[in-house]
Amino acid sequence: MTKFTSVEALHSHREALLATKKDENKKTVSVCAGTGCKAVGADLVVEAFKAEFAKNGLENAVHLKATGCLGLCEKGTLVMMPADQTVYHSITPKKVPTIVEQALVQDGRADDFLFTDPETGAKQPTMNDIPFYASQKRLLLDKNTLIDPICLDDYISVGGYKGLAKAIEIGPDKVIDEMKKATLRGRGGGGFPAGRKWETCRNAPSDKRYVICNADEGDPGAFMDASLLEGQPHSVIEGMIIGAYTIGSDEGYVYVRHEYPLAVERLTKALEQVRASGLLGENILGTGFNFDIKINKGGGAFVCGESTALMASIEGRVGEPRAKHIHTVVAGLNDKPTNLNNVETWATVPLIVERGADWFTQMGTKGSPGTKIFSLVGKVNNTGLVEAEMGATLRQIIFDMGGGIRGGRPFKAVQTGGPSGGCLPADKLDVPVDFDTLWNEGSMMGSGGMVAMDDQTCMVDVARYFLDFLKFESCGKCTTCREGIRRLHQLVSDVAEGRATEETLDLIETLAETVEKGSLCALGTSAVNPVLSTLKYFREEYLAHVRDKKCPAGVCKELITYHINENCTGCLICKRRCPEQCIAGENKKIHVIDTSKCTKCGICKDVCKFDAVEIY
Amino acid sequence: MTVKFTINGVPVEAEQGESVIEVARRYGFEIPSLCHHHAVTPYGACRVCLVEITKGGRKKMTTCCNYEVQEGIEVITDNEDIHRNRATVLELLLAEAPKADAIVKLAAEYGVTHSRYALPEGSEPTEERDGCILCGLCVRVCEEVVEVSALSFNARGDKRNVGGPYMDTPQNCIACGACAWACPTNCIGFEEKDGMRILKKWNRELPLEYTEAGQPLAPRFQLRHFIEKANLPKDFYKKGGPR
Repeated sequence: MTKFTSVEALHSHREALLATKKDENKKTVSVCAGTGCKAVGADLVVEAFKAEFAKNGLENAVHLKATGCLGLCEKGTLVMMPADQTVYHSITPKKVPTIVEQALVQDGRADDFLFTDPETGAKQPTMNDIPFYASQKRLLLDKNTLIDPICLDDYISVGGYKGLAKAIEIGPDKVIDEMKKATLRGRGGGGFPAGRKWETCRNAPSDKRYVICNADEGDPGAFMDASLLEGQPHSVIEGMIIGAYTIGSDEGYVYVRHEYPLAVERLTKALEQVRASGLLGENILGTGFNFDIKINKGGGAFVCGESTALMASIEGRVGEPRAKHIHTVVAGLNDKPTNLNNVETWATVPLIVERGADWFTQMGTKGSPGTKIFSLVGKVNNTGLVEAEMGATLRQIIFDMGGGIRGGRPFKAVQTGGPSGGCLPADKLDVPVDFDTLWNEGSMMGSGGMVAMDDQTCMVDVARYFLDFLKFESCGKCTTCREGIRRLHQLVSDVAEGRATEETLDLIETLAETVEKGSLCALGTSAVNPVLSTLKYFREEYLAHVRDKKCPAGVCKELITYHINENCTGCLICKRRCPEQCIAGENKKIHVIDTSKCTKCGICKDVCKFDAVEIY
Repeated sequence: MTVKFTINGVPVEAEQGESVIEVARRYGFEIPSLCHHHAVTPYGACRVCLVEITKGGRKKMTTCCNYEVQEGIEVITDNEDIHRNRATVLELLLAEAPKADAIVKLAAEYGVTHSRYALPEGSEPTEERDGCILCGLCVRVCEEVVEVSALSFNARGDKRNVGGPYMDTPQNCIACGACAWACPTNCIGFEEKDGMRILKKWNRELPLEYTEAGQPLAPRFQLRHFIEKANLPKDFYKKGGPR
């Protein structure tokens, strides 16, 4: 590996790379090797391509890349041709020979595996034609489609480490100026402007400073940071080097969950590469600046995503937050000034430094410039990872990118911001998604989790689910958080199970106030969002549980009854499948459920082909 | 260095590094608290000492035991908001420790005489709900004052509890009883019976040493620890102990 001893050496290496790589993209096949696609067999697809290339004598003519996440996990394994951005979906090893034959040997397209418009049946061959991609603004995620995550040359050839070169060229003062002007707000959920954070840290008097990358992504169903670390570890590393150079730090940590083995593996390899190339370690690019990064694997406690708990964990103590009346930028890790940003924030830094604050602030809204990656999950057609310009509406994200609600069912609510975010109803669909607006609507940006829900989702049950998660994940230090969330969960369970009165709802609100105001860290203060937002926007649904002892969405088991109606053709399937054997009936006669034995498992409803099983 | 700020509008002075609660109490302002003791590091667990602090124009409700004094802050120690939130915290705690005098009394001062979160009538306290409010005073006293570190918190969230490692009997506990003395809810259970010193909550029993006059003194581990820490002659307690 080349060791760069100066900025010039890095630039000339890039130019040499571009000269040789110029034609590479024309014959490149990118296979998504993100966690989602790997789970459905991306590795086998890569092997199949290799075998097929060998069969057709294409080994040297076509370049095969296993890339980071391409975003549309729902339709994995995804295969992309970077030359014209053709995307093939749901690729299995069996389909590979056809793609090789039609797309590479014959230089056309494998039509059968292209996306199609569900209404018109028209083919949507390229990223620009596929609404999922076309409606996004893929500032960061675009790199995932272009590079092999652990190929430093790939990253350099798409402009990697240009930001670092620029930072060295203009010096720390100007970097701070640009960062402040760009008002990049912390993507981990806090939304604090990174430039101001950097400046305070830099000005805090000390002989030692740390930079930390928070990769302790713990929201259920969120994988934004995982996909960046897996798909472009160098973006994160470059951001951290720029940060360290700017604030004067020589030691950095990436605090990453041990449940992210692929991210750890790729990050480790990428760190080895940059150390060997003189971009990390001693005398970086011949400037005399020393900085190295260590990986610290977290044990998986949700609360360790909180900055002070995270730092305690790195120090080898129990991951418990402390009061931040003195900020961590002044006294953080080992009581030294510490600048912590999350994965997405660090990955955005090189782009801002390279292209300037003016370029960055053109995107997004005034208060929240740039783009944000969301993990779009729940009852949408296109579950996956999307990157939207700040200020895009919930409707654009859920319907244009997400392809609407699965099975054409009505949209009911969207939960943004992870387990401590709020649920917003249909009449908030046109709300622009940015830090301040979501906060004002009773939800939050969080780190970018987005769960879409349809009419078969009970909002009381949703609140109960998140409270259950949080009562387990609270560190347990504060009475308000430990006991408060536990009691909130108990009260919401009372509602869901038909024991509550209207006074229960008042008590929930009283208790929620204290949990919010009285807890030490953001886990406690925001834990009430799911219950307060559902109470605010779906009070009628709570009242139905309380007054009528009914669950309108048909979810809360204690309040529903299964019943077979006259649609029943007497096919016996439900009778055979019922685990409690509580369905009576004969062939071609309407079956009957013995409700005294029924455990409401729902299997009869799932297996019925005639819509004969009702819930009420 | 002296720090100047106000409490309920009254100008006060403090040394840098002091906590707001200590300064407030010195000036005669009453702030309730259950997990604070001046001999150990503030922890901020019980959340009863909630106050309102305005700093740089921003008002925030916060605990004041772990809030270091800062120049120019404005502290309000009681108002309707504070009162209501303290009452809720106490109602939560009363459900955990319905028989602890300190909690019952303090809760009553805030108008809380029964907890709406309490267990149904007749349920006995179980092992995990023995009146402990997880304030951590025992842990901090054992670590910082006695310097033994026999205790720690275990697990997290609603499963959190306090005891020896893995909730087993702490084998390095000297049964000095400082934890029981510090405990605001008297849930540890300190006893001397049949020649044994017993700390019920930790399941720790150690035989007592006796003075020459036949009076029970303390467990041998405790005496040895004191001799070590205070640099006393090895036979200090054998000569009849302290008089």
